[in-house]
Amino acid sequence: RKCITVEFLLTASVLLLCLYVIWGDQIFIDNEWHESCSGRKMPVHNPATGDLLCEVEEADTEDVDKAVRSARTAFQLGSPWRCMDASDRGLLLNRLADLVERDRLRLATLEALDSGKIFLMAYFVDLMATVKTLRYYGGWADKVQGKTIPVDGEYFTYTRHEPIGVCGQIIPWNFPVMMFAWKIAPALCCGNTVIIKPAEQTPLTALHMACLIKEAGFPPGVVNVLPGYGPTAGNAIAHHMDIDKIAFTGSTAVGKLVQKAAGDSNLKRVTLELGGKNPNIVFADCDLEYAVEQAHSGLFFNQGQCCLAGSRVFVEDSIYEEFVCRSAEKARNKVLGNPLVPGVDQGPQIDQKQFDKILELIESGKREGATLECGGGPWDRNSLFIQPTVFSNVTDDMRIAKEEIFGPVQQIMRFHSVNEVIQRANATHYGLAAGVFTNDIDKALTVSSALQAGMVWVNCYNAMSTQCPFGGFKMSGNGRELGEYALQEYTEVKAVTIKISQKNS
Amino acid sequence: STMLRIVLSRTLPRISGISNCQYSAAAIPVPNAQPEVHYNKLFINNEWQDAVSKRSFPTINPATGEVICQVAEADKADVDKAVKAAREAFRFGSPWRRMDASDRGLLLSRLADAIERDTAYLAELETLDNGKPYAVSYSVDVPMVVKCLRYYAGWADKWEGKTIPIDGDFFCYTRHEPIGVCGQIIPWNFPLLMQAWKLGPALATGNTVVMKVAEQTPLTALYVASLIKEVGFPPGVVNILPGMGPSAGSAITSHMDVDKVAFTGSTEVGHLIQQASGSSNLKKVTLELGGKSPNIIMSDANMAEAVEQSHFALFFNQGQCCCAGSRTYVQDTIYDEFMERSVERAKSRVVGDPFNMKTEQGPQVDEEQFKKILGYISSGKREGAKLMCGGGVAADRGYFIQPTIFGDVQDGMTIAREEIFGPVMQILKFKTLEEVVERANDTKYGLAAAVFTKDIDKAHYISSGLRAGTVWINCYDVFGAQAPFGGYKYSGNGRELGEYGLDNYTEVKTVTIKVPQKNS
Repeated sequence: RKCITVEFLLTASVLLLCLYVIWGDQIFIDNEWHESCSGRKMPVHNPATGDLLCEVEEADTEDVDKAVRSARTAFQLGSPWRCMDASDRGLLLNRLADLVERDRLRLATLEALDSGKIFLMAYFVDLMATVKTLRYYGGWADKVQGKTIPVDGEYFTYTRHEPIGVCGQIIPWNFPVMMFAWKIAPALCCGNTVIIKPAEQTPLTALHMACLIKEAGFPPGVVNVLPGYGPTAGNAIAHHMDIDKIAFTGSTAVGKLVQKAAGDSNLKRVTLELGGKNPNIVFADCDLEYAVEQAHSGLFFNQGQCCLAGSRVFVEDSIYEEFVCRSAEKARNKVLGNPLVPGVDQGPQIDQKQFDKILELIESGKREGATLECGGGPWDRNSLFIQPTVFSNVTDDMRIAKEEIFGPVQQIMRFHSVNEVIQRANATHYGLAAGVFTNDIDKALTVSSALQAGMVWVNCYNAMSTQCPFGGFKMSGNGRELGEYALQEYTEVKAVTIKISQKNS
Repeated sequence: STMLRIVLSRTLPRISGISNCQYSAAAIPVPNAQPEVHYNKLFINNEWQDAVSKRSFPTINPATGEVICQVAEADKADVDKAVKAAREAFRFGSPWRRMDASDRGLLLSRLADAIERDTAYLAELETLDNGKPYAVSYSVDVPMVVKCLRYYAGWADKWEGKTIPIDGDFFCYTRHEPIGVCGQIIPWNFPLLMQAWKLGPALATGNTVVMKVAEQTPLTALYVASLIKEVGFPPGVVNILPGMGPSAGSAITSHMDVDKVAFTGSTEVGHLIQQASGSSNLKKVTLELGGKSPNIIMSDANMAEAVEQSHFALFFNQGQCCCAGSRTYVQDTIYDEFMERSVERAKSRVVGDPFNMKTEQGPQVDEEQFKKILGYISSGKREGAKLMCGGGVAADRGYFIQPTIFGDVQDGMTIAREEIFGPVMQILKFKTLEEVVERANDTKYGLAAAVFTKDIDKAHYISSGLRAGTVWINCYDVFGAQAPFGGYKYSGNGRELGEYGLDNYTEVKTVTIKVPQKNS
């Protein structure tokens, strides 16, 4: 297939010439590569340069139908996948983790090229999390235990935790390979079959994963990977009458469409991981330098393209000026550039649409009276880079304080009291994550209990791990990924009751 | 080998099932009957050490009675050294205590991988030292070891505490902490597998271990020690001491700085261990002890299947299983046919060189067991049981005994009450469901039991009524790392395997924090 020559990479003082071979640029159904039924292809670009990386087969409704048939066959009673020992499902996930580890450098390179994220971050954060997630759920496979239940009467009752069936999964472009693992690992661990649509911006690592899935030995039809667009392929998945469950990560606007599609079609189970406007609350008694640094990375990590981004930083008034000053200095010191080059810590935004949206929100911030401390515009004329931007004196009614920006734009607000900041932090229709910085145990516990958010970090931010559940209150989503909790999202519970002649304890 | 394949496929349907998959084990390779022994010293702090006393003892090949090699013999002074190493490895702030739980799991996974890599060699060494047929070591013991370690590897980062909605303005949570230094004393009948059953949950939960392996079968455990070091467990986390029960074993159970002891072996020694804990530091005790497990065949059972499974239930591993189905209760209307077929099956059992692929039954583990079993056979004859086949020695060297069946066995006979731990099957007759449940429970043991019937009501009635830690229905000796195993009554204390196995290696700490104001 296609070859891409990447420039010299200086990593850990080793000079690498990375000649990358794209392993997959087609649709992956039934462990085979297919051209799209429509004959259409879609272009895949490197957002750092605008270069065309390759063209990928574009899935649409007909391809989704094919994939669903394949996933349904793989899920038939008596199929190799249904008859397999749970421990062997776990072993396959572990083998897949080993293969990802083997191909870690290739995958990280591909991820950096395709999404514009910093190569070293892709290598150390995204790929590490991918491997750990696959291993973690590899371990759960034979530990998803039903119960025996002491029901009244002469009965013996037990529960079986059965897979739901064919699962549609639609993932975003901000952490392409990691989201792929978050979605497939719990689904496969519980014995489901999967049709996964990677984002049209970033299909390449998902297609590489498809190769590894086949190599690891998953039976045909268990995982099907369909690159395509939301309104066509995504829509076909969400409306499909023979898909039993859909899991979506992306914007709240599209999340609503997915929920509606389930209602319009077959009431498929829906889990959603959507947007956020996450409060990060900094009390005067915290370790200031550390809080500045954590709040900075809590927002600017991954070019600000995180649903978790701490995009409303509430700072107690006695340390407000100092905090703003240090935060702006940190933002000004950020190095923008080619994400493959060591030392660069911010790459381009993912595409023109996101780029334009972020700049529009920056303009609204200026217009509505926030103080621009640094940044505030594009980094250069012909690219998708945006200057690290810090706004102070932000008030709760401004658009930049209410809407998800999904870019390198930090809002810093002032607060006076615990009760006030709790109320303001919760005054949003989102509820994904939140942070609290304080050395006072009472404040930490009070605020963390009161915040309406699926994750609360105390004296840290973005501290995620595969063992720990992840998901949103309110319009940030529905259900939880990761941890033991995610298993519930991929199982149907069946209660079996048997009449017996005489019950004894 | 046809027979063996049948036995294996019936016992472990999953092993034959898996062979369709591309990641399955290949066919059994031809063994080397004289594998080289690489390790014969004490393993303390990731180093090989001589005994402080400089003493050693011989380990014997039970198929020939010949000495394989000398092995360093641990005693109290060595136990003290090992406990010091294990305590240091468990120190607050140590690499082992600071390690991510997922990395403990990764180490256990790596250990499983290394054992899987060396399957053939480990199976050879196990057969040499223990006498069990190589085909079984290779396709049952070692694969189950690998599965057990992988299973507990997965638990390491899933052993979750809780947050608890207590009354009042408090926040309350539990931490599942390791107990500390665990003494583990394992038997000779499944040397590798018992080692894995013990290490898996102890290490997944973050404990450190001082393990005494049986003096009859120390070799495979020492090789696994080398793999423990190879895959990167920190020094002192696992210490392995070959030695005798009354010296090294006793030193562990009486030790004031061992926090927990887990023992698998005889009920008699189980009593001593519980006493030693009481006399020393009240260390936590878990015990997997003897059994006299009933196997109940109802008249509506599938006859061929019941005969084959009952044969396997008793004769597997030369009858050296704590869960052996050593009281086969057969309903009167099918008794004669069951007996006839069982005798036919026992007579066809192939006894001989354990390295021969056709062999189903090797020697007993040592002379002491050999003599003890022959004594029980004499008592059976003396007390009036009807010898249907076997009853004597099967070869002129080594510790081989003929597959033996007694009929017309009465509940009061010694062979119906005591654990024989050899290839001697007792068949008893019963009439009614209620009668057989009462007779099956009339024993001090309560390890395992089975019932063969097609009737769903009978299956539930009997399985609820039996006082045993494990009940198999229309199957026997079905073990999964996922399912708990342990005994009622004198058969033990606590459970191994499954999620339950983690409880025995965990201290629960309740942390309660005052908060200004509680909210749901």
